[in-house]
Amino acid sequence: MNGKGETTDINNLRDFLTFFRRSLRPRGKNVFTPFNVITVPVILLGLVIIVIRFARGLGAVTNLSQEFPWGLWIGFDVLIGIALAGGAYVLCFIYYVLGYKQYHPIVRTVVLNGFLAYSFYAGALLLDLGRPWNAFNFLIGNKFGFSSVLFMVAWHFFLYTMSLLIEFAPAIAEWLGLKRAWKTLNTMTLGAVVFGIMLSLGHQGGVGGLFLIAKAKIHPLWYSEFIPLLFVVSSVFAGLSMVIFEGSISSRVFHDRMSAKHRESHDKLVIALAKVCAGAMFVYFFLKLLEINHEDTWSLLTTPMGYWYLLEVVGCTLLPCILFLQGAQNGSLSVIKWAAVLALIGVVLNRINICLIAYKWYAPVHYYPSWMEIVVTLTVIFTELWVYRWIINRMPVVSESPEWAEEAH
Amino acid sequence: MERRNFLKVLATGASSLALEGTVNPKSLHAQGTGEKDEKEFLGVLVDTTRCIGCRQCEAACAEVNDLPAPDLNDEHIFDIKRVTSETQYTTVNRYQNKRGDIYVKTQCMHCNQPGCASACLVSAMEKTKEGPVIWKTNCMGCRYCMIACPFDIPKFEYDKPVPKIQKCTFCWENALKIGDMPACVKACPSEALIFGTRRELIEEANKRIYEHPDAYYHHIYGEHEVGGTSWLYLSAVPFEEIGFRNDLGTTPYPKLTKGFLTNIAVIDLVVPALLLGISYVAKKKNNDTAGEGE
Repeated sequence: MNGKGETTDINNLRDFLTFFRRSLRPRGKNVFTPFNVITVPVILLGLVIIVIRFARGLGAVTNLSQEFPWGLWIGFDVLIGIALAGGAYVLCFIYYVLGYKQYHPIVRTVVLNGFLAYSFYAGALLLDLGRPWNAFNFLIGNKFGFSSVLFMVAWHFFLYTMSLLIEFAPAIAEWLGLKRAWKTLNTMTLGAVVFGIMLSLGHQGGVGGLFLIAKAKIHPLWYSEFIPLLFVVSSVFAGLSMVIFEGSISSRVFHDRMSAKHRESHDKLVIALAKVCAGAMFVYFFLKLLEINHEDTWSLLTTPMGYWYLLEVVGCTLLPCILFLQGAQNGSLSVIKWAAVLALIGVVLNRINICLIAYKWYAPVHYYPSWMEIVVTLTVIFTELWVYRWIINRMPVVSESPEWAEEAH
Repeated sequence: MERRNFLKVLATGASSLALEGTVNPKSLHAQGTGEKDEKEFLGVLVDTTRCIGCRQCEAACAEVNDLPAPDLNDEHIFDIKRVTSETQYTTVNRYQNKRGDIYVKTQCMHCNQPGCASACLVSAMEKTKEGPVIWKTNCMGCRYCMIACPFDIPKFEYDKPVPKIQKCTFCWENALKIGDMPACVKACPSEALIFGTRRELIEEANKRIYEHPDAYYHHIYGEHEVGGTSWLYLSAVPFEEIGFRNDLGTTPYPKLTKGFLTNIAVIDLVVPALLLGISYVAKKKNNDTAGEGE
């Protein structure tokens, strides 16, 4: 049951198809695992809702309105998803650019996560677009909106997804046993990483930058010219918190697939990442203070929106920052794990606030997602998990690379 | 050309806009502003002190745009504030005030530098040289224009599988393009709406304020708001009392993101070079200390 055993030589398309068909068969003996039993019905229901959405329009399944044109699908899938996938560029910076080789065991998982996340958010975005058949107009030049932040975000997002694919491609080549392609792909990695980091800074900041133009609609506690910078900094600790959190889950789920080396190094890496998180969160908190001072919104802190703001900034940023530091100091993985969870809640709150709660905070009727929007969001997440599991169980991601690839390193 | 309509266009420049209806739009900028390629934006001045709340403008708008006809006899319609919608590009609301009932028409303001147009990633919202802000079918339906618009004007057809963004077009296709004036202006029986170039309308508005200082609140809404709008308003009372936001500022909306976009261009140029440099140094260091374990 390991990846190496299945890697036969593939010389032509027929070989590949046979190989691919074989790889589609489920791996586990029992199909009725709790994960399958929960996710399959949700995914099926989600697909039905998606059909209705395209047949009858967005209004048939969502609670979106003229007042709130962006809801859960943008707020959760895109804003939060992008932030949580920030681990890929941060880790690539640490591993490929700074050359900290000890991160080798987790880089592939994180890059894969990033790639899948981006592919699926783009997919989710197509559901939200009113006229998705025009979705690629920004690429093919059926007019370029050069003055648009969204244009910039879309291009950075698209190119970054490509660069993540290039970064992950060697693993696919190892799986398929394509030695020559593997060599070529490996030489492209550093380039892809360097451009990937640039593109990440651009679109991580860019999704925050989208809201710069909604100046009159966002509560002054959340609105400032700092939004893009805050989004970039928070993507650093959001991404790493996700890596820590995910690592704690997948080290249990994919225990058998993991090499001994991978398991051993995991704890040390988590402690190091916790320190980076704490640093980034301190910077973030400081920027928030600077922002309040700069915009002079101190007096708003004692309003109901102010308490809500403090919950986000103190409860879910400053507190986990301290917890990260404490956990790293005492070498306590469970404290770090809880800090990561709290930090993730903080980032989720922040993104939801900017696009839904502090957005038109003055509106008498507020948006909340319909149950169908929630089901579709779960469908996207579950489908992503299925694809993730399928890949992890087959390609050398958490497991060791085949010998020929190891030797060439 | 009816005499009645003639009065709705200011005498000087805009009257040469060919009320006959077939003049080449090129002639719009023939009235020498000195610059050959610069057309002057056209606009409408809404004098709310003259509006009688008859809603003929709503009816005319619905007719030319193939929208459901409003029931003009329904007095209860003023009981709640109506915003524009995907089937109503313009609405008239009543504000009860110490000066009595004040009726205010709303529609797209046709900003000089529209937030919606700068926000669109495929330039599906476009500010024409003549002034109208119009929507094109290369739109992908992301609805960012709705987020960007300070007046919440673009409306999305949520109930259609092939939705459009709907809003007042300033009658671009059916009137302005061929030198005619918008349907609502034509329909107005009380000359609350007048059509002309923006410059002339501001002069006219100032003149009215100057001549009747007690009748007007001394401000032209839209002269400077969000960098100026093609539609301009006069009022007897402060504008926040008749449903206008007075906190939008005078910065044109595209300016809110311009600095950020410039920074991104700089980051895109500088970051790769910086990263390659760091990577080079780090690799050298790693090679120097090679042999001491990974």
